[in-house]
This record gives sequence, C-alpha cells and structure tokens, in this order.
Amino acid sequence: MSEIISTVLMGVGALFMGLAGIGILRMPDLFMRMSCSTKSSTLGVGFLMLAVCFRFPHLSIISRAAAIVVFVFLTAPIAAHMIGRAAYISGVPLWSKSVIDQLCNRYDRCTLHLESYALSEPTSPASEEEASHQDPAVPG
Amino acid sequence: MSLHELIFYSVVAVLTLSILLAFIRLMKGPSLPDRVVALEAISTMGIGVIAVYTVTTGEGVFLDVAMILALVSFLGTVALAYYIQKPASSEEGD
Repeated sequence: MSEIISTVLMGVGALFMGLAGIGILRMPDLFMRMSCSTKSSTLGVGFLMLAVCFRFPHLSIISRAAAIVVFVFLTAPIAAHMIGRAAYISGVPLWSKSVIDQLCNRYDRCTLHLESYALSEPTSPASEEEASHQDPAVPG
Repeated sequence: MSLHELIFYSVVAVLTLSILLAFIRLMKGPSLPDRVVALEAISTMGIGVIAVYTVTTGEGVFLDVAMILALVSFLGTVALAYYIQKPASSEEGD
C-alpha cells in the first residue's frame, strides 16, 4: 500500500517538475519565469520527498527528507526575491503586454532606497503625473 | 511490478525533459538573471532526481547529497544576485 502511495506521489512531483520546466522555457518574461519555476519546482521537491518518506518509513530517512523540505521551502522564496530585486534594479525589461509596474519611479536605483511615494526628482514625465494620482496621506 | 516500473521510467523521463527545457533557457536566456533562474531551477530538479534515485536504490545516504546540493544552490544564487545588482549601485561611484 505504501508503495502505491509513494508511486502516485512521485508521479505528482514529476508532473510539477515538468510544469516548472515548461514554464521556464515558455513564459515571456523573467519575472513570470521566476515565479513559475520557483513555486512549481518547490512543490515538486515537496512531493518527491513525501514519496521517499512513504517508501522508507525509517526515522533517519524521514528526518533527512523533512530537513530538505524545510530548507528548500525556506530558501527558494528568498533566492527568488533576491534575483527579482537584482534583476529589477539592473533594468531587466518587463513583458511588453504587462499592464502595471507598481515599482515604476519608486525605486531609487542608485541608493537602492524604496519610497512609498514617487521620487521627488522626476526622471521621466510619467512620474509627475503618477505623483499627482497618489493619495497625499501616504506616510513616508 | 510492471506498472511501478512504467511509472518510474516515465517519472525519470519527465524529470530529464524538464532539466533539458531549463537548460535551453540557460543557453539562450537574453539576460544574466534569466540564466541564474534557469540554473537554480536545474539544481532544484537535480534534488528531485536524487529523490527518485533514493527511492530506486534504497540508499538513504543520497539524501545528504540532496541537502548539500540545496545548500550550495542557495549560496550560489545569493552570490549571483549580489553580483547582478552590484554594477547598478557602483555606477554612480558610491
């Protein structure tokens, strides 16, 4: 019985891994690719480690698998956040059909300081217009 | 046990195919962060391959390898992220 459960979990994990592979190749944008591959492959690792736990229910195997799952679930979002931040700072373009960029003109790319309102010196004519649309009571 | 073998081989095939797709993105990625994302995805899929290999052989020692691979992949990703964002911050001569 545990072998059947293990095999099914392995198949589900491989499905998520395959989705991550397809997404990382087919998505049009770096940030979409990153979102797709990070979430999907993390879930795939979780399912595969669960399959290992069901196949060999010893304490040593289960503790190692749990350690791997906890480590991957902790570090994958941090790594994705760091790559995304670095990519946005270094000016990787968004997809041409993306509708909103909420960090536009709010990130000082020299001092790496994030403002909750638009920066005071406008770098493009769009920032003035965006600043006028802002709620004036937003705290700094 | 024929169904088990069939599912096992298909799982290995799917994992290999996804690593190949990520490797294509690693080769043709237009920017450096694309390649870093592809590299991290490849190492995560490598952890999955190690898990499948552990199920096949029954050796629990390979899980240690998977743990070290996760650790090294995270460290490499963080180092590459700092490397990517460094030129933009030192551009104005800080």
